[in-house]
Amino acid sequence: MTLTKKLVVLGLLTGLAVYATPSRTRAAGSAQVVKITANKFHFTPDHITLVKGQPVTLQLTSTDVTHGFMIRALKIDTDIKPGKVTEMTVTPANAGTFKAICDHYCGLGHGGMKMTVMVEETTAKAPAAKVLSASNTVSK
Amino acid sequence: MKDRIDRRSFLRIAGMSLGIGVVYEFAPFLDHRAEAGAITDFFKKVNGEAPASFTFAQFSDPHVGFQGPPDPLGTKAFENAVELINKSPQRPDFVLFTGDLTHDAENRDAHAQRMQLFKSIAGRINTSAIHTVPGENDAALDGGVLYREHFGQSHYSFDHKGVHFVALDNVSRGRPEVGPDQLTWLKADVARFPKTAPIVVFTHRPLFDLKPEWEWFTADGDEVMNVLAPYENVTVLYGHIHRHYLQQNGKVRHYAARSLIFAFNDPATNEEKKQLPFNKDDPFKELGIRLVGSQGAANPAAPLDVKDVVLTKAEFSGLAGMQQMLKDNNSFGRGSSNDAD
Repeated sequence: MTLTKKLVVLGLLTGLAVYATPSRTRAAGSAQVVKITANKFHFTPDHITLVKGQPVTLQLTSTDVTHGFMIRALKIDTDIKPGKVTEMTVTPANAGTFKAICDHYCGLGHGGMKMTVMVEETTAKAPAAKVLSASNTVSK
Repeated sequence: MKDRIDRRSFLRIAGMSLGIGVVYEFAPFLDHRAEAGAITDFFKKVNGEAPASFTFAQFSDPHVGFQGPPDPLGTKAFENAVELINKSPQRPDFVLFTGDLTHDAENRDAHAQRMQLFKSIAGRINTSAIHTVPGENDAALDGGVLYREHFGQSHYSFDHKGVHFVALDNVSRGRPEVGPDQLTWLKADVARFPKTAPIVVFTHRPLFDLKPEWEWFTADGDEVMNVLAPYENVTVLYGHIHRHYLQQNGKVRHYAARSLIFAFNDPATNEEKKQLPFNKDDPFKELGIRLVGSQGAANPAAPLDVKDVVLTKAEFSGLAGMQQMLKDNNSFGRGSSNDAD
């Protein structure tokens, strides 16, 4: 990802915190780290919840072929190439439910490869976001 | 939104056909416009070909090789379309195919066989030329290598009787984009034309954000349209979305064609993209064509006359010959679910 794209993403999103789970750690700065794995034809986890205004670093990896990761509403659009970690720090500026899709054609199941990103308003009682595994996807 | 033909428009789209695909007739109306004389001189100078009325057809998304619940009939709709266009009294000068000629097969040999089958069926069309662009099913997994072996370059241009046609490939890079090299080529390709020259772009994916979360967009589509922005008469024909859709952005009209395999649901009323299920009582439901016509020189300001042709059960059964349902369709920004019932 180019520096320009990183700056654009950083400027458009604001904030994310996460409860301690194996899929995330705290980065050197203030941003939490969320790891997302792509393979034919799934994202794992397939549902994450973020908090508006809190930065998060997404670490994207692929275990097979090149995939895409695109959330048009949040102006995120990148390739995920196998053998490397694609990283971006974002700060959600708006609450809502957004769909992330693979936009790099990866085979006949490509059209169904997607995940849900919920961005919640920050509240005193629920300041953090949750990362839900692919097996416990819930709707709220 | 109702639209009317711009009096300043050099390009006139008129079409009446009995065929599947989209049939357009270009009638430059040279005697009505001062600048038309300059266009005539230009084309005569560059390729010795003066503008004249003509007809062509658009077929899209036959997905040769697909066989599944949404369409257990395989290539039947495609083959019927070929038979139908051959019965048309208006023989098209050429046919454009706007992508997904084949359904993807991750086995190279199987995919090559599908491309051969496509060529065999398309080769039956009674026309002088067939021009294709790839869809992601044809070219996205291998960067277009197999496609180019069978069909030649995936982006190119040609002139026909005073109209400049540009084939754009927005699938071979894996991502929905044309890429910087093709953009550079496009700028150079159109640079030699006067701003009033009629230009038809044909490609697979929409060149605007129709429904990004369904991957109905081209990431650098705005850059493509910026290159074309100085030109007054640009039309874009595309496929990919398997349904009728017409949108006008500025001066440019973007026409989506129905597929010849199965239809997708309406993005305006559905959150998730789904193939419409096969209906044995209406096996070609939502498959067919859109016809575009105008009153031409007699009434240049009249709205476009857009008609959809949908194959019926009678046609499928072969009991009543070819029957079509023609409906006026001048609405913009709407899908087909309301105009084929």
